[in-house]
Amino acid sequence: MPLKVNPNPFDDIPGTTLFDAQRSRQGYHLNMFCMSLMKPDNRAAFKADEAAYLQKFPMTQAQRDAVLKRNWNGMIELGGNIYFLAKLFSTDGKSFQQVAAIMTGSSQEDYANMMINGGRSADGNRSKKEWQNRG
Amino acid sequence: MAKLVAGVATSHVPAIGAAIDLGKTQEPYWQPLFKGYEPAKKWIAEQKPDVIILVYNDHASAFSLEMIPTFALGCAAEFLPADEGWGPRKVPVVKGHPELAWHIAQSVILDEFDLTIVNNMAVDHGLTVPLSLLFGQPAEWPCQVIPLAVNVVQYPPPTGSRCYNFGKAIRRAVESFDQDLKVMIFGTGGMSHQLQGPRAGLINRAFDTAFLDNLTADPLGLARMPHIDYVREAGSEGIELVMWLIMRGALDEKVREVYRFYHVPASNTAVGHIILENEA
Repeated sequence: MPLKVNPNPFDDIPGTTLFDAQRSRQGYHLNMFCMSLMKPDNRAAFKADEAAYLQKFPMTQAQRDAVLKRNWNGMIELGGNIYFLAKLFSTDGKSFQQVAAIMTGSSQEDYANMMINGGRSADGNRSKKEWQNRG
Repeated sequence: MAKLVAGVATSHVPAIGAAIDLGKTQEPYWQPLFKGYEPAKKWIAEQKPDVIILVYNDHASAFSLEMIPTFALGCAAEFLPADEGWGPRKVPVVKGHPELAWHIAQSVILDEFDLTIVNNMAVDHGLTVPLSLLFGQPAEWPCQVIPLAVNVVQYPPPTGSRCYNFGKAIRRAVESFDQDLKVMIFGTGGMSHQLQGPRAGLINRAFDTAFLDNLTADPLGLARMPHIDYVREAGSEGIELVMWLIMRGALDEKVREVYRFYHVPASNTAVGHIILENEA
C-alpha cells in the first residue's frame, strides 16, 4: 500500500494538521527542543536566552522564529506536535486551553465560554468546503 | 486461574488531575464532573480488582520521537509518575505485576501481537488521572497496575480493528495465567476533543453518544471505523478512542453496561466514562 495517497483525504479536514511521517521528519528537532524543556536546568537556560538556547538544536530559522514569536499554528505547520509544544507553553506557564484559544484566534473568555456551552460543533467544521462557504 | 471481569473506559484529561491535586474538585466548574464519578468509585471499591491493565497513551513524557512503540507493555515492579514539565503529580508510585505482565507479553507475542516490553517507564497523566478518578487520593493505589501504552500521537496509530483483536489476545493471555486474580482492563483517552489549530475545541456529542452505545450494541462495527472518521468527527485527539477498543476486545462479545457518564467540558475535552461487565 502506498504511504501517500493523493489527494490525502485528511487534508480536507479544516483547521487540522495531522502529525504524519512527513511532519514528524520535518519537526524532529523542533519537537526534541520542546522535549528538552522537561528538565528544570534546560528551562532555566532557555528562559535566560531563548535565541542562544535554540541554536543548540539544528532547527530551521523559520522554526526558531516561530518559537521565539510563540506562533503556535506556525510551529504546528512546521512539524511541531501539540504534546511536544505543551512543554514549551508549560514553561511559559500557559495551559492547553489558553493555547487552544490563541490557535483559534479567540479571546480566552470567548473560547472558555464556547467550551462551557458545549464546544465547537462538528456541523460546519467537517470539510474545507464548509469553511469556504461560510465566507 | 486469573479472570478478566470488567472493563472501564474514561477520559484522562490532565486538567482533571490538576483539579484533584489542587483541591478544586468542589468548585462549580469541576463539581458536576467529579459527582459523575462517584458511582464508579463505589462500584470499584466493592469489586476490589487485584490487577488493572491500564491502556493509555504517553504524551511525549516517557517516549519522545526517539522511539515510538505502537504497543508498549510495562513489565516492571513499579512505575514513577512522570515530570511533564511542572513536576510529577503527587500521587502514589504505581505498583506493577511483573509476573502477569511478562506472561501477557509472552502470550500475545506468540499470538502474533508483537508488542514492546518496557522495564523502565515513567507514567504520565494518561495513566494516573484514570486511577485518581476511580480511587481518589489514597496513600497507596489499592491494586497493581500493568501499563499498556499505545501510540496515538504519531500518525498512523493502530487501527480500531487491530486494537479490538489485540484486546482479545490480552483476554486469552490473562485467562491462561495460573493464579487466582481478579483482573480489570481500562481503556482511556477521548472522547471528542481537538487541542490544535483553528478547529481546536471541537466537541461532538452525537458521535460520542453513538460510540458509547455501540460499545455494547455493535463493537465490531465500531472496530471497523477508519481513522479519518475519528479525526473528522471527534477531533484530531479524538483518535485516542481506538484505545477503548482494546478494553472492549478483552471482554465477552455480550456485555452489560453498568454505568455511563458524559460531561462537557473538562478544559478542551468531552469527558466520557463507561463501565462494562462480562455477563458471567
